[in-house]
Amino acid sequence: MKLYDGGKIIFGLIIFLGLITIPFYFNAGKAVAPPKPKLDTPVIQALAVKECVKPKEIMRAEHMRILDDWRNSVVREDDRQKIVIGGKEFTKSLQNGCLKCHSNKKDFCDKCHTYMAVNPYCWDCHFTPKENKS
Amino acid sequence: MSIDRRVFLKIAGITTAFGLGGSTLINGLKKRGLEASELPFAGKQGGLTAKRWGMVVDMSRFRNEHDIQRVIDACHNIHNVPFFKNPKHEVKWIWTDTFNHTFPGMESEFMMEGLEEMPFLMLCNHCKEPACVRVCPTQATFKRKDGIVMMDMHRCIGCRFCMAACPFGARSFNWRDPRGKDEDGRPFIRKLNPEYPTRMKGVVEKCTFCTERLAKGLQPACAEKSNGGLVFGDLEDPDSELREILRTRYTVRRKQELGTQPSVYYVIGGNDDV
Repeated sequence: MKLYDGGKIIFGLIIFLGLITIPFYFNAGKAVAPPKPKLDTPVIQALAVKECVKPKEIMRAEHMRILDDWRNSVVREDDRQKIVIGGKEFTKSLQNGCLKCHSNKKDFCDKCHTYMAVNPYCWDCHFTPKENKS
Repeated sequence: MSIDRRVFLKIAGITTAFGLGGSTLINGLKKRGLEASELPFAGKQGGLTAKRWGMVVDMSRFRNEHDIQRVIDACHNIHNVPFFKNPKHEVKWIWTDTFNHTFPGMESEFMMEGLEEMPFLMLCNHCKEPACVRVCPTQATFKRKDGIVMMDMHRCIGCRFCMAACPFGARSFNWRDPRGKDEDGRPFIRKLNPEYPTRMKGVVEKCTFCTERLAKGLQPACAEKSNGGLVFGDLEDPDSELREILRTRYTVRRKQELGTQPSVYYVIGGNDDV
């Protein structure tokens, strides 16, 4: 079998491979620091039991699903029962629940969302607490 | 290999059985997502409940512009309803219109003095047979057990079928971003209520009978600020104040003939006992 214009094709392929792998060369050996969301808001510090509605690992992986479930139960089933952790009641709400403790959206929510390159549209409608520009 | 009819049917049967049973089995074994019900809950909180919420609008209590504006502001301020100057972009939860537009077909040649000019308060009728709910392709709008026709903004895709279906014009589409500003730099939402979300461009919104307030045991904002002009209550409870009014006064509903069974009643004239 004869490859017509073989030299040109192989040369072109090499250039092509080189170009599409540029991002890998660029970032090779460089570790991007994993995000560290901050938990030091005044409300959290004032809590007697520093516990979220679920353990940290579950919250990390499942918080979007929990928010979805809350929305369904509050909006669709009108089930607004509060969640009790360590004697403190938490409202099933992003704006009037989560963000009351996690009042630092920039240092909490955005840290991981930016790292994971996800862009949730929560904030198109839900308000975030006022915070100082850092 | 040749295959005869018996073998073919056997294979087909087994495949179908596995296909139906298999997916059930796999779904059953799959780890289920986290359920909200797994969380530790407080006891039921006190809130207003009813079999079917309804309202009476007593027009004799709305004497002037001020009475009406106070009620509209009460609603629009707490729900972050934007104000758009262009009437084509208008977003409204509670609004007014003339008698002829409110009750088309009920106008006559000689009518009570002042009736035609009177501004009638209107809001979502929370119909028993809501046309909007029937047409919504995503079930973004739905009827709750207590009769309230509610919106789930997260599901709304902005198709506006509900707006076409609603005979009462109770639904508004967000043509512009409600968080934006007008040409003069004024924000569309004059006063932000941080406790309630806004909407986004491309969704339909309307009155919700203040479900968030009912859950806290409060009356809807409009009823609270109406000085008795708007009476809110349970239509299915014969002992409610609402039913007492319906028993003793002559009331009408908007466009009854369409059969959507509105839950908002109007007392128009007969202000003898005010």
